[in-house]
Amino acid sequence: MKSSVIVFPGSNCDRDVAVALEKFQIKNQMVWHDEINLPKSDLVVLPGGFSYGDYLRTGCIASKSRIINDVIKHAKNGGLVLGICNGFQILIETGLLSGVLLRNKKLRFLSKNVFLKVINVDNKFCLNYKKKDIIELPIAHNEGNYFASKEQIKKLEDKNLVAFKYCSEKGNINKSTNPNGSSNNIAGILNDQKNILGIMPHPERLIDPLLAGEDGSLMFKSLIKSL
Amino acid sequence: MKISATVTLKKEVLDPQGKVVSQTLKNMGYDSIVNVRQGKYFDIELNENDKEKAKKIAEEICKKLLTNVVIEDYTIDLK
Repeated sequence: MKSSVIVFPGSNCDRDVAVALEKFQIKNQMVWHDEINLPKSDLVVLPGGFSYGDYLRTGCIASKSRIINDVIKHAKNGGLVLGICNGFQILIETGLLSGVLLRNKKLRFLSKNVFLKVINVDNKFCLNYKKKDIIELPIAHNEGNYFASKEQIKKLEDKNLVAFKYCSEKGNINKSTNPNGSSNNIAGILNDQKNILGIMPHPERLIDPLLAGEDGSLMFKSLIKSL
Repeated sequence: MKISATVTLKKEVLDPQGKVVSQTLKNMGYDSIVNVRQGKYFDIELNENDKEKAKKIAEEICKKLLTNVVIEDYTIDLK
């Protein structure tokens, strides 16, 4: 399996995700945002960070960079795209995923571990999870408050395109287990074809027992299994 | 030609920064404050003398880059 991690000025989780991909024998290449051609890849990862200093809107300037045209082509042809944190924000700005990510409801940058319920396992990113599994992953963001019109949220729920929701350790999904104010506690969503996943928490940060957990490993193992 | 564009959050979208500014002004004793909405302002210099063409370009860049039309509105002013 071949992957490309797109690096923007201000990306800061690009190396973490590269380490995770390589740990699971995915052959990875780093691709600078100014490149025109995307190398042959099964998976494209848009990493976390603060691309272009979050100027204008988070992910906005990155979504207009040169490489993105090829990323959109790759996605439209059914190629896998994973956007983590700022990567999720970039996917939203390209229009590949619906809705918007607003500032956290309480206006604070959040950096902590959260519990997530796996809602959709019928996609290539989550094959190794079981439905309703409760996993723990770190979040580190200022704009993670997922918002969309009521109709759009209903569409996401009806079509089963919500991949992860914030929950308690026991799996309760309610306001008190919602860290940032996201509609319906949404932490990650898929596109209609389920080849694009945008997720605010960081699976690449929990891939080794030495890093206090392996709940993120299952996503990378799912990706290898999918091919 | 000079163009200015103002981008604000739509009325139904929560504007936390505007809310904080509004509350602070009230705390400072400005009792008449009802509401504050914070936005962004862009001064754009354009190499185009035709007003209609300039307006068309301004509309386009507002839609394509300066605003996220899902949550923001914009107004354009030609000078």
